[in-house]
Amino acid sequence: MKFSAISLFANALSGHKKWPSQFPNKDPKKEYDVIIIGGGAHGLGAAYYLASKYGITNVAVLEKGWIGGGNTGRNTTIIRSNYLFDESAALYDHAVDLWDGLSQELNYNVMFSKRGVLMLAHNVHDVQSFKRHVYSNRLNDVDNQWLNPEECKEFCPPLDISSSRRYPVMGGALQMRAGTARHDSVAWGYARAASKLGVDIIQNCEVTGIRRDSLGNVAGVETAKGYLKSKKIGVSAAGNTSVVMEMAGLRFPLESYPLQALVSEPIKPVFPCVVMSNAVHAYISQSDKGELVIGAGTDQYTSYSQRGALHLQEHNLMSICEIFPIFKRMRMLRSWGGVVDVTPDRSPIVGKTPVGGLYVNCGWGTGGFKATPGAANMLAYTIKHNEPHKINAPFNLDRFIGGRLIDEAAAAAVAH
Amino acid sequence: MLLIHCPYCNKKRPEVEFAYAGEAHIERPNGINQLTMTDEEWSNFMFIRNNIRGEHAERWWHNSGCNMFFNAIRNTQTDKFIMTYKMGENLPTEKQIKAAKK
Repeated sequence: MKFSAISLFANALSGHKKWPSQFPNKDPKKEYDVIIIGGGAHGLGAAYYLASKYGITNVAVLEKGWIGGGNTGRNTTIIRSNYLFDESAALYDHAVDLWDGLSQELNYNVMFSKRGVLMLAHNVHDVQSFKRHVYSNRLNDVDNQWLNPEECKEFCPPLDISSSRRYPVMGGALQMRAGTARHDSVAWGYARAASKLGVDIIQNCEVTGIRRDSLGNVAGVETAKGYLKSKKIGVSAAGNTSVVMEMAGLRFPLESYPLQALVSEPIKPVFPCVVMSNAVHAYISQSDKGELVIGAGTDQYTSYSQRGALHLQEHNLMSICEIFPIFKRMRMLRSWGGVVDVTPDRSPIVGKTPVGGLYVNCGWGTGGFKATPGAANMLAYTIKHNEPHKINAPFNLDRFIGGRLIDEAAAAAVAH
Repeated sequence: MLLIHCPYCNKKRPEVEFAYAGEAHIERPNGINQLTMTDEEWSNFMFIRNNIRGEHAERWWHNSGCNMFFNAIRNTQTDKFIMTYKMGENLPTEKQIKAAKK
């Protein structure tokens, strides 16, 4: 059913007890044109775009747990595209373009709120580096502007810009098009829209093996619910990509790290935007529920455990209190961790693999959520055409052999 | 926070004393080989990692303690250390790992 003011009103009359389920729980068919491994927003999005834009509807999304239960449900929902290099700017800005109309397109409110992302500069190097970002972004038609400390304060009143602070605010780079969205809604919205177009979403269906034919191309996948045939497989498995790729005999330039985040108890609206500080090492925003959403960097060791160490949270909160002393007496409500797949150059891998019929979207590291629609669309395009789009072509796997890295690590943020 | 046994200090110390130093037993190619190595081989050495979900051989650096590097076998699903051993020792066999688990 289509969500609208009328359907909301009609269901209000029956006490909201008659809403139908948003997509059916299906058993898998024996054969699909495309199988997507991983039912996060990236994978569900890829299935949706395959069906809606590229005309392939015989698609299954296989998820080992529940949809959106991995990194899609574990991030801090920040969306921005102010990346330094041309390749990254094009990819992330493509995603922001798609975010723009996503709620209407999916008929599902993903609550994309363009509240602005402000990246604080605390020293001369920060100022120079962020101004370079601003100029580079402008050349790439990506919105980004420089604010002096007073303008920062005006944009974000909780900020303390006094020069006596340990890390004084010397200015900031503001992207107004950036903001946050409701992460769960993105997964659910894509699932519902894809399902309506004929895509099968199969939960509790872990992939245990990838079968290949005599030519070496993929033939299908072994799963918890039996063998499913497909000549095209898209892997969108985030932290577990290395594990899935090993089933096809491939080793990847990835390492999986825990990344933690936490939220405070809910309070009245106090924080109007997203603020990031690379020098002090933290970022913060306020959710619509009123919780302060706080995050920082990964744990130091690789792990698949979906949890991290407490001393990282302590460090993270120390940083927040350093920038925003007004939050010193806030209590934290809960914390959690995800598994992020990090590449050596901190840029993603979206495209073909050496195995015929096997496509991949991985390596988003700490910053995959913002790219969800763009990455999903690029994976779908690559699967359909068996060739990457010009936006994701530079993000190929071969760059780790040829050496043409997209080295955002040096320039980009702590948090992506 | 993890408690890590340093094989040089022979003590269990908290994680904050240590720095993680990546996958273990990746040997830097020697001088003569470097001249003839292909790009793929360099890529394998530089970038490609096993990223194992399970028992993982890795290096740690006791940088706020004895300052020595050592190797460890750790389960990356539970973060539990199975054993640590000194630099230069061979990768433990499955049998040794099994014995260490007991």
